[in-house]
Amino acid sequence: MTDKFVYVTYIRTTPEKMWEALTKPEFTRQFWFGIAQESTFEPGAPWKLVGSEGKVYDTGEVLECDPPRRLVVKWRNEFKPELKAEGYSRCTMELEPDGEITKLTITHTIDREGSKFIEAVSGGWPKVLSGLKSLLETGHAIEPSHPKR
Amino acid sequence: MDAVFKALADPTRRQLLDRLFARNGQTLGSLCEEIKMSRQAVTKHLALLEAANLIAAQKRGREKLHYLNPVPINEIADRWIGKYERHRVRALADLKKNLEGKTDD
Repeated sequence: MTDKFVYVTYIRTTPEKMWEALTKPEFTRQFWFGIAQESTFEPGAPWKLVGSEGKVYDTGEVLECDPPRRLVVKWRNEFKPELKAEGYSRCTMELEPDGEITKLTITHTIDREGSKFIEAVSGGWPKVLSGLKSLLETGHAIEPSHPKR
Repeated sequence: MDAVFKALADPTRRQLLDRLFARNGQTLGSLCEEIKMSRQAVTKHLALLEAANLIAAQKRGREKLHYLNPVPINEIADRWIGKYERHRVRALADLKKNLEGKTDD
């Protein structure tokens, strides 16, 4: 059995700009609690989520990458032992243009039930997505990173 | 945002979201059973919830699975609540910093 969530947001922007916001640390840190994805974004390449102070929060591997449409990563928590023990999850980010709007779908799954990891990330994603929307539509994120990281 | 408020302004639709919150990724059939309502009625409610982006639907074979999408609700919270919460979070962070004499992540 699997635990899974699907989050969707519609943002007035292009897939190219959204891709840049999701993959370029200087943009990502503005809406993702000061965290950013670090990778060369090629299938098989290592992937990690890193804080601005250099702390590694999660690690994994790029499974699929088709800019600016689709990114699939294998994703494991690294800083909470009970979450790390659950092993790898799989996160898919899909960007679909629809006129002046781009639809972003985040699907995050893990092959187990009652996953604490999925519970933890499912609470964070809505805030990250609202911040991304605000950054792309207004030029600044409403949600600042955690205070004084 | 109008669509979100309209979708939430109905007890059956809120109940459907509650059912998905308890168990995500349900089919139309299992939701009908859970809330004891006809397929036709539930289909209508689900369409409204989907149009408001409160539900994301994904195909799995012949089935359509429904997932709770809380993102629009978070946007509402950000608009009217976020600003107060941020002040509180900042005030607590400053207090902690003053008491401990260092910054914290």
